Amino acid sequence: MAKRVAIIGIGTTGFRATTPDVSYRELTYEAATKAYLDAGIEPKDVGSFVSTAEDFFEGYSIADEYSPDQLGAVLKPIYTIPGDFIHSLASAYMMILSGIGDISVVQGMSKASNMLALSEMVTFAMDPIYNRPLKESPHAVAGMEMARFMYETGTTREQCAKVVVKNKRNALNNPLAGHGVLINLDYVLNSEVISYPLTQMDISPHSDGAVVVVLAAEETAKALSDKPIWIRGIGWCSDTPGLETRNWGEAVYAQLAADMAYKMAGIRYPRKEIDFAEINDEFSYKELQHLEAMRICKKGEAGPLTDIGGTEITGEFPVNPSGGCLGVGNLYELNGGHKVLEVVRQLRGEAGKDQLKNVTTGLAQSWRGVPTTTGTVVILSN
Amino acid sequence: MEITEKDVAKTATKLSANEILEGKVLSVKWEPKLKYAWDNGPAIGRYLAELKNGRIIAKKCDKCHRIMIPPRMFCELCWVPTGEWVYVQDTGIVNTWVVSYVDWKATRLDIKGGVRPITPAVIEIDGASKGMGILHHLNEVDPWKIYQGMKVKALWKPPEERIGAITDIKYFKPI
Amino acid sequence: MRKVAIVGAGLTKFYRNVQETPKELAYEATKMALDSCEMKLSDIECVVHGTAPDAFDGIHMKGEYLSDGSGAYRKPYMRHFVGGGTGVLSPIHGWFHVASGMFDTCLVVTEEKMSSAYPHPAGAFLTIFDHTTEQPLYPTLIWIFAIEMNRFMTTYGYRKEDIALVAVKNKKNAIDHPSAQLPGEITAQDVLNSEIMAWPVNRLDISPTSDGAAVIVLAAEHVARRVTEKPIWIDGVGWALDTAYWCTRDLYYPDYVEVAARQAYKMAGIKEPSKEIHIAEPYDPFTYKELHHIEGLQLCKRGQSVQMLLDGVTQKTGNLPCCPSGGALGVGNPIAATGLMKIIEIFLQLRGEAGKRQVPGKPTCGLAQAWGDLMQVGTVVVMRS
Repeated sequence: MAKRVAIIGIGTTGFRATTPDVSYRELTYEAATKAYLDAGIEPKDVGSFVSTAEDFFEGYSIADEYSPDQLGAVLKPIYTIPGDFIHSLASAYMMILSGIGDISVVQGMSKASNMLALSEMVTFAMDPIYNRPLKESPHAVAGMEMARFMYETGTTREQCAKVVVKNKRNALNNPLAGHGVLINLDYVLNSEVISYPLTQMDISPHSDGAVVVVLAAEETAKALSDKPIWIRGIGWCSDTPGLETRNWGEAVYAQLAADMAYKMAGIRYPRKEIDFAEINDEFSYKELQHLEAMRICKKGEAGPLTDIGGTEITGEFPVNPSGGCLGVGNLYELNGGHKVLEVVRQLRGEAGKDQLKNVTTGLAQSWRGVPTTTGTVVILSN
Repeated sequence: MEITEKDVAKTATKLSANEILEGKVLSVKWEPKLKYAWDNGPAIGRYLAELKNGRIIAKKCDKCHRIMIPPRMFCELCWVPTGEWVYVQDTGIVNTWVVSYVDWKATRLDIKGGVRPITPAVIEIDGASKGMGILHHLNEVDPWKIYQGMKVKALWKPPEERIGAITDIKYFKPI
Repeated sequence: MRKVAIVGAGLTKFYRNVQETPKELAYEATKMALDSCEMKLSDIECVVHGTAPDAFDGIHMKGEYLSDGSGAYRKPYMRHFVGGGTGVLSPIHGWFHVASGMFDTCLVVTEEKMSSAYPHPAGAFLTIFDHTTEQPLYPTLIWIFAIEMNRFMTTYGYRKEDIALVAVKNKKNAIDHPSAQLPGEITAQDVLNSEIMAWPVNRLDISPTSDGAAVIVLAAEHVARRVTEKPIWIDGVGWALDTAYWCTRDLYYPDYVEVAARQAYKMAGIKEPSKEIHIAEPYDPFTYKELHHIEGLQLCKRGQSVQMLLDGVTQKTGNLPCCPSGGALGVGNPIAATGLMKIIEIFLQLRGEAGKRQVPGKPTCGLAQAWGDLMQVGTVVVMRS
């Protein structure tokens, strides 16, 4: 029975604001072809497939129906997780450990550009009895959380704005990123207020794209790949979905998911034992909140660390060298897939201009967005 | 640990549809306004463009030699990109069909009042590989006289009304 | 591979319209399941949830909304989805959480509140069809069932009056099921006389839309043996999804059920399913579907399922009882919860705790199967005592 599982293949189409020339089928087919080539496998070698899709994001009830064809999974074991990509990764991981084949494929996709009523859709996710009738914008929920986080930790708007500047600048060197741009602090601070203290620039624009990842059990991984990236720890957690009962200042879901992953990986001092992280920065303050929740920074310290450049590519603990959601685009249920992809690229030395030096262990973290309190974490090593 | 009547009795409270509609229980209503603009990609995009021209187009897999409709950029069974575009005919045979007395909302049609039942069918298109069917409607035929293998032909909308959609074909009718 | 057992179960009553919110329904079934094996929420290490289209309950990201009602507060929680096959994928999803060694216990929750969708839940099925090549024709799910039934009947020469006996059998079996929504004694003629929905489907050929929830508790071997004297082992799992291009498939035979069944039989070491499976719960959302699936499950040769029915083999007292619970036709069809209701039925039957529904002969090996999507997915679980 396999004890260790590694990522042996990754494939992506890259991420950009619109993809009018291809449908979801071609998008996934491209990512899958690249991933299988990278891993040196064919669909017939695969024991199980997991796709990631939420019905309303795809525009189909039962998005699952449209998953097998473009992965080569016709009449094979495949199902869909309406959740984050890292949930699917965890499922594939557990299936390999349970003996369902040696190789598993995980897929995620975003066609956010096709969703014309995104705000309406997120509102549709709120509690129909207690929350929706208030007709609040989903950005209001993020704004309230930002305000509470700033109050409890002393984080300032300037520190949040620095996250935006850093990530969008990092994205300029990332050929996969769709929203890289050079801006200064004032530009962010003076941008249109959406839901104070949240401004337009604090919010990630969205992108389309697809990612496919191939996992293999230890023996197979070593046979097929000379750069297997090992899954050392994985965790996921859901806090209460109620707006009325949640902790607004702290991202408890991230803390519990990270604890689960650290325990599995045998990590006691994350700041020292992990070299860099790709984490969810869908809203600028989220990067700081998540860093503190995962004990990479103490409470109130993530802002000051950003001030001194500690999270820059050249800093002590690089965060989102790829550009994060702010620089690459919000990919909805694919966000986790993008994070995993970037961590793998870094650990393999394939990250081009944004390459970090001497990295052995990276952390990918994801959150499912407003109004959820669900988060996932995976720790990878080369 | 048998599960008994007593165990389930208090788990759910039965309501009738009328109690809800007449407001006898508190309820909340919401009508989602969900809009999508789906990118169709090169394969379906061409399919629709050709429908506007009054033609049906398919695509061939060079490995398994299937001529596939609707056209696709890759063969899902061989896992290779497809090859040439192939025009197929707008005639076919009925593979299987239905005589429906309800519409998509499960509302009963007024059959007794003379409304014709809806007769959707899977039609195997001539020129495509055996078994390659598309879903469409049948009309101008007695619903109870449809049979497997019946030969049918597409009835197109006039060119100025076509927009590049599957509905550019109004329905199929027996030859 | 670690052995995993089902140790507890609970389910709510199934009705067309219930007053409870989806969260409350999930809670009721979860509480019953935990109480049944005297476990507490703190004993549960992870939760998996199966629920069918969000469009029914009218909540996007429905899994998130249901998480606290499913006992997943601050726990690892995941939702899975294969349309109607979800109910039997649920125990599979939970199974590998435990079989992988990552967790020792897992709560498997399924819930559906179809009645929230107006004007009728059936309308939600419009959006399962291809948005470009099919939705503009305003199709409904009943059509595909009717299309498939037509093809099935024409290929083998089956008659409607024989297929109708499935409804007769299942609704009668359901009289003894505490959660049943539509139990009763009807005749084949009643089915033929019932209103035509979409020929060849009549109203009594169809299972009702329902609200309901069902939950089971899974445990690794060392925990299972502490918690109960009669753990029921999940010995085989299988699932497979066919192409979305359903118009290119010959619908008379469910390949996807065969592929899934073979995977499960291989894992369970079953060579002759028609002999080694003592009791089965194939998914029966429509009358002919039970027969269609029995053929796919290799429980009889192709073209023999109607004869099997006429010979009484699938009756409660027959050699291979099928749907002793009453199935979807008799108990109700809250999509995801139906599949788990079937799993629970096999669980109870193998423990000898199915009350008046208990089949004679002390079965030791049973299976449950579900189906879903656009005539696409088969999910199979083989259980043994």
